[in-house]
Amino acid sequence: MAVKVLIPTPLRQFTGKQSSIECNAATVGEALGSLTGTFSELKKHLFTDEGKIRSFVNVYVNDEDIRFLDKENTRTKDGDTISIVPSIAGGSSARGTAAI
Amino acid sequence: MAIPTDTMQQQEVKLSREEIQRYSRHLIMPEVGMEGQLKLKRARVLTIGTGGLGAPLGLYLTAAGVGHLGLVDFDVVDASNLQRQVTFTTADVGKPKSEAAKARLSALNPAIEIVSYETRLTSENALDLFRDYDIIVDGTDNFPTRFLVNDACVLLGKPNVYGSIFRFEGQATVFGYPGGPCYRCLYPEPPPPGLVPSCAEGGVLGVLPGIVGSIQAMETIKLILGAGEPLVGRLLLFDALAMRFRELKLKKNPDCPMCGKNRTITKLIDYEEFCGIRGEEAPAMTDGIQEITATELKARQDRGDKLFILDVREPHEYQICNLNGKLIPLGELPRRVNELDSSVEMVVHCRSGKRSADAIHFLQTAGFKKLWNLKGGVLAWADEVDPRMPKY
Repeated sequence: MAVKVLIPTPLRQFTGKQSSIECNAATVGEALGSLTGTFSELKKHLFTDEGKIRSFVNVYVNDEDIRFLDKENTRTKDGDTISIVPSIAGGSSARGTAAI
Repeated sequence: MAIPTDTMQQQEVKLSREEIQRYSRHLIMPEVGMEGQLKLKRARVLTIGTGGLGAPLGLYLTAAGVGHLGLVDFDVVDASNLQRQVTFTTADVGKPKSEAAKARLSALNPAIEIVSYETRLTSENALDLFRDYDIIVDGTDNFPTRFLVNDACVLLGKPNVYGSIFRFEGQATVFGYPGGPCYRCLYPEPPPPGLVPSCAEGGVLGVLPGIVGSIQAMETIKLILGAGEPLVGRLLLFDALAMRFRELKLKKNPDCPMCGKNRTITKLIDYEEFCGIRGEEAPAMTDGIQEITATELKARQDRGDKLFILDVREPHEYQICNLNGKLIPLGELPRRVNELDSSVEMVVHCRSGKRSADAIHFLQTAGFKKLWNLKGGVLAWADEVDPRMPKY
């Protein structure tokens, strides 16, 4: 299944500045695996040492949060968009913070 | 549906002739009208932070006629704020932000009651501060305060109009609305401090907080009026570079420790401890690292000591100022480490000393031994050695 993964600003430094990546994947887990396979530095920002998606990073298929679907096993279909949405805290400071 | 409150219902409020003239463009709209304008006048809104997000918020809420506005900020106006914090003028540099904002907003609309709180929001004062207000607007810039604002709002049952920004990307939503999700439903835990990027990834396009803060002002006014569809259960994402808005579904988490059925958090906690940090930026990991001060470095260079300078900042920072060192950004160090000679004595520096400490930790694992961290980075160099060097 051809899906598009949208990369948030704080992670683009690990994807060669690309804001979206196309890949073939039948589940969200496969898509993220393919992504971290290509861009290895992404891995520790998305997953814990135990391989779980970090709790300050949310992943959506289209507009649905995968925590309320089938988590990493959520199936994808052709044309789906996967969004990675980290928590960001900036509001005032020029050196604002982002979670990843 | 408007947020009903005791204060909003009890007071008998009228508009003066001057106010009718001032708010005429509201009054002729059926969605606001006299009834809506009186709701605005009775409303009590507390904004946390008067910076980038707080600036448009404060200006628009004041201009719109929100009758009672509280401003919480402990900070002082800095010259580097003026690029985006449009409430402040050059003459305000050095003044407390809450006071400067109050003066500016009072000049815009003298009929508004504005209270400035020159204090840091803490677990000790949050509930008392929030209690007097109907709506809390979160314009802070750090994770501990985000969680604190959320938890205090949930405990008191007050809506939390949320906005946050990073570089050219923004998020906005309304948490704590009756039946809606809270911040912890979205993000149960803060990131560990080690993964929060250092100063290198910071920065923000000046207009961005203007847009996101304006969205927060709009949602605040809609909540007061009870007009339209509030941004509840929806996370609005804004990418300024692509100029694209997206919306994701935001669900109430039934297992949320704060607002779920079996809540485990029933009072405010120590949020800095919860986020694993003390203070805004986690201190540099300095164990096992030798430090050199800017003054000592200059003295050694003047003596003719051969010291290799490694600058681990980003190229755009190098353009602002540099110490003629070799530039290898921290993120590129692992794959470019072979460009370095481990036999020579090396001083590693960044802007303030944190990234260079991370770089030294990495270089140590790669077998480098003759390493010094420039204490306080180029900022210290500008302070101690070369006052002509710009600071950023």
